[in-house]
Formats: sequence, C-alpha cells, structure tokens
Amino acid sequence: MTNEMPDLVDIQVIRRGIKSRKRMDNIFIGVGLGSLAFSLGVLLVLIGKLLVEGGKRLFGQGIAGLWNFLTSVPDSNPEVAGIKIAIIGSFCVILLTAIIAVPLGIGAGIFLEEYAGRGDLPIPFPKWMSNIIEINISNLAGVPSIIYGLLAMGLFKYQLRLGETIATAGLTLALLILPIIIVTTREAIKAVPQALREGVYAIGASRWQMIWDHILPASAGGILTGLIVGLSRAIGEAAPLVTIGALTFITFPPPFPFSPKLVGEGLHGPFDWLFSPFTVMPIQVFDWVSRPRPEFSVVNAGAAAVVLVVMTLSMNALAIYLRIYFRKRVKW
Amino acid sequence: MEQTNIMERTTIARDKVKAEVVNFNFYYGNFHALKNINMTIAEKKVTALIGPSGCGKSTLLRAFNRMHELYPGTRHEGQILLEGQDIMAKDVDPIEVRMRIGMVFQKPNPFPKSIYENIAYGLRIRGIKNKSTLDELVEKALRGAALWDEVKDRLDKPGFSLSGGQQQRLCIARTLATSPEIILFDEPTSALDPIATNSIEELIQELRNQVTIIIVTHNMQQASRVSDYTAFMYLGEIVEFDKTNFIFGSPTQQRTKDYISGQFG
Repeated sequence: MTNEMPDLVDIQVIRRGIKSRKRMDNIFIGVGLGSLAFSLGVLLVLIGKLLVEGGKRLFGQGIAGLWNFLTSVPDSNPEVAGIKIAIIGSFCVILLTAIIAVPLGIGAGIFLEEYAGRGDLPIPFPKWMSNIIEINISNLAGVPSIIYGLLAMGLFKYQLRLGETIATAGLTLALLILPIIIVTTREAIKAVPQALREGVYAIGASRWQMIWDHILPASAGGILTGLIVGLSRAIGEAAPLVTIGALTFITFPPPFPFSPKLVGEGLHGPFDWLFSPFTVMPIQVFDWVSRPRPEFSVVNAGAAAVVLVVMTLSMNALAIYLRIYFRKRVKW
Repeated sequence: MEQTNIMERTTIARDKVKAEVVNFNFYYGNFHALKNINMTIAEKKVTALIGPSGCGKSTLLRAFNRMHELYPGTRHEGQILLEGQDIMAKDVDPIEVRMRIGMVFQKPNPFPKSIYENIAYGLRIRGIKNKSTLDELVEKALRGAALWDEVKDRLDKPGFSLSGGQQQRLCIARTLATSPEIILFDEPTSALDPIATNSIEELIQELRNQVTIIIVTHNMQQASRVSDYTAFMYLGEIVEFDKTNFIFGSPTQQRTKDYISGQFG
C-alpha cells in the first residue's frame, strides 16, 4: 500500500480530469480549422487569380467577347484566338473515351464482383486470380498518367499506326480511367446488401436477371458517380496526350462524330472523326502558357483554364447530384 | 428400447410425405455442420426446426433451396428428395429448385421497387407478361398474405415505405404469388415487434393447409403455436423429431427437455 490510491469520487478531481482531456479536443479543432483554411485559401487564391487574369478576356467585352472566345479558332493574334477547336476536340476525345471505358469498366466490375472466384465458370477462375487482378487494378489507378502516354505512344501510335489522332487519345484516356471505373463499379455493387441478392435468387431468378433487374438499378448512383469522376479526370489530362504528340496549333475541327460520309471526302465515312488530328482544352492551355507574350501566356491561358475548371466542376456537381438523387430513391 | 420408441412416434404415415432428407451431411470447409440428418416433411403441414444458435437449423433450411451454393467453400453428401426427386443432385439446376421452393428471410428484404413490382417480379421471370393476369395474381397474392387492404391504394409506392411487419408480409406475398410447393421461413419474426409477429404467425396458420411450410425459429412458443412437427437440433444433429405436441408435451430426450424448459440455449 505504498501507492496512493487515486480519488475517483472527488468532484473537483473529476472536473480537473475532464478539463485536461478536453484540452486535446480543442487543440485538434484548432489544427483542423487551420489546415482547412490553408488548403481552401490556396485554392481560392488560385481560382481568383485565374478569374482576374482570364476574366479580362472572358468578361472584358461583355457577352459578345465571351462568345467570341469560345467560338474562335486559334490565331497568332491573341485578341481573336479562341478555344473552339479545343472544346470540340475535348468533346470528341471524351466521347470516344466513354464509348470504350464505360462498357468495359462496368462489365469488368460486374464480373469481378459477381462472377469471379465462385467456382462455377466454364473456365477455372479461382479466388486468388481475382485477388491478383484486384490488387493490380488498384495499382493501375495510381500509375502516373505519363506512363499511359508512353504505352499509348508505343502501342497505339506506332504499332497500330493510329498516329496522332482522336482514336489514339480516346484509347489512351480510356485505359487511364478504366481502373477508376472498375473500382467504383465494384464498390457500388458491393454496397448492395447480400439480403437483396438472396431474396432475388430465392424467387427463382438467374444470375443475370439478378444483376440486370436488381443489382444495376440499385447501384446505378454509385456507378454513375464513378463514371463521371473518371471522365472528368480524363477531360483534364494533358500529360499522356502531350506524349502521344497531340497538336498544339490546329485551326480546323474534326468531322462531327458519326456524320454521314460526304462525297469525295474522308476514308472512313462516319468514323472519319476518329482519325482526325485534334487538340484538347488542357493542351490548349499548356500551349498558350509556354508562349512569351503575356496576352497569350497569362490572359488567354487563364481564360481557357477557367473554362476547363468550369467544365470539370460542373461534371463533378452532376456526379454529386446523381449520388444524392439515387441515394434518396434507394434505401436499405 | 428408447430408440425404437422414437422411431414409432416419428412415423408420419397419416400425412403425405412432401420431402425427405436422407443421410444428409453438410460441410463449411472442414467444419461438419450437419451430421447424418434424416427427416420427413409432411405435405401441407408446418415443420419447425428449433435448437440453440449454431446447431445447424438454418443451414438445413437453406439447403432446401440450395442457398448455400451462392457461397464458395461448402459441400454436402446425401439427398433431399422432393416428391422422390433428389433436388441436391448436380444435374438439377438450383434455379429449378428455387422456382419450386420459396423462401422468406429473417430480415424483411423487399426489392427496392414498388409494392406491385415486388410481387410481379417472380411472375415476370416465369414468363407472365399479360397485364391483367399480373394484376389479378398480384391482388391474389397480397390477399393471401393479408396485406391487400392495407396497400391496395398505394401499389406504386416503394416496398420500403411499408412498416417492418408489412414488409415481411410483402415478402410472403411475393413468394406466394409464384405458387411454391414448399415455403421456407428463416426466423421470419425475429426482426419484428410482437404485434407484427402475431400477424405473421396468424398468416402461417392460415397458409398451413395450402402449402408445405418449414420454419426455423428461436422462439419455442412460436414453434409450439404454429407447427405440426418439430425437430430439435443440437450440434448439427437432429436430437428429436416428432409431432409438436409430443416434443413439447413429452420429449423423450434429456437434451430436448432441458432446451424446451429453458435450461440452456
């Protein structure tokens, strides 16, 4: 009995103890608020600076000036140069990216979640194989985008002789965002309670009926969110497209996707757009930033960057809206 | 002596046999979950499976519609005969089994669709497309599950908008709609309040003359109230299987006596 026993009932001791334990809480609140303010502050300064510089071009001459910027082709005169070609290029590339990556990504996600490792496939597909694939897909999602650019340069541009075209860019960005789509599709499917699967099977449904009639509708919100987040990442990527050699100065748009073949024009008819040279928004920004004249490198680049930020933020906003919309519809 | 006594009392010759479990063993990996189960299921009667947690009663129930095949790592030996046909055989498609044997789960699990679609889904996958036929069968199933009057004005509302007891009756209606030969109930009232429990029990009483029912329950009073036959299971074996009034009135096994008198479990 050499140790003094702590007093567990004295109200003064209890209050002192509470106070000292709450101090840690307060310290954390301070640190948390500080780091939040710092990161938000940096973001605000960045976007503010873009708006101030780019605003001269975007809002300097009213609505006509904005329209002029959005619908003009690049020019050596910064006053009349615009981003029409880059906007159309981005649209075409993202369209192709989505056409390739969406069905592949959702299909792979469904397969890995509902089929792989269950021992009832015509070919052996054991659990360890799907585990290895799972680990590698997660790793692929973290591979720097420039590596995808190198792969695309070797494979699509030279081996498959697709050149510096929308086809090469769309394939590259599709590869880049496939892991994101697969991972989010799997997460969304995994979030559907097992009780629903059992209920659907118990009524006599086949696996495909279970997936098509129940799992996909129930996980549509999560899957759509993943798709949009993936596509909004693709729309902002410059590095892999620089690697494959996307043009930085081009004054004509690609043919409209799936437009009918015009007499005497093009080799591929409705698919001419795939084999057309292009530029995209981030490359347009990159090109202007590297020019010596501040009218290009500050004003026009800032203005184009603002448009790019608006594009990606509105895609993300759509993703958030869809998530909330589907969350309301489906409840467990 | 005691052994022959059980055999005599277990004879259910007066009821037609709907299904028969023959030398059935079940394994989760290396774990021997069901040990040489033999029992008969009487047609249009309620058979209850009781026993402490982990005794294998849910495993046995889920074997009847091959639910375990959704998860890797299980295997079985022996047979479950449905009208003489071994439904556990490899060449019998589990979908075929599930189309003949319906199931109601512990927690109500309506589909995240409208009340109407919850019932109509099982009919649609059976190829019924005609709208008026569907309407008729949906109403019949909801009436059969004593839910029609409560939901007839809001058939297009989500199944999840119903209360827990109503959701469970919706799940029963969804199974009834497909006219199964056997309905499996896996602790259907354990997630429900006493009033909802009562309504489900009444429903089971009403269904007992129309369809064969197997029910797993933790609630011994429930087993004694709703069932005609009761199997008491312990550690993967059937300790005693008999008419319910014998199991609860004069059990022959000490373990059964201990369990139904609340001394363990």
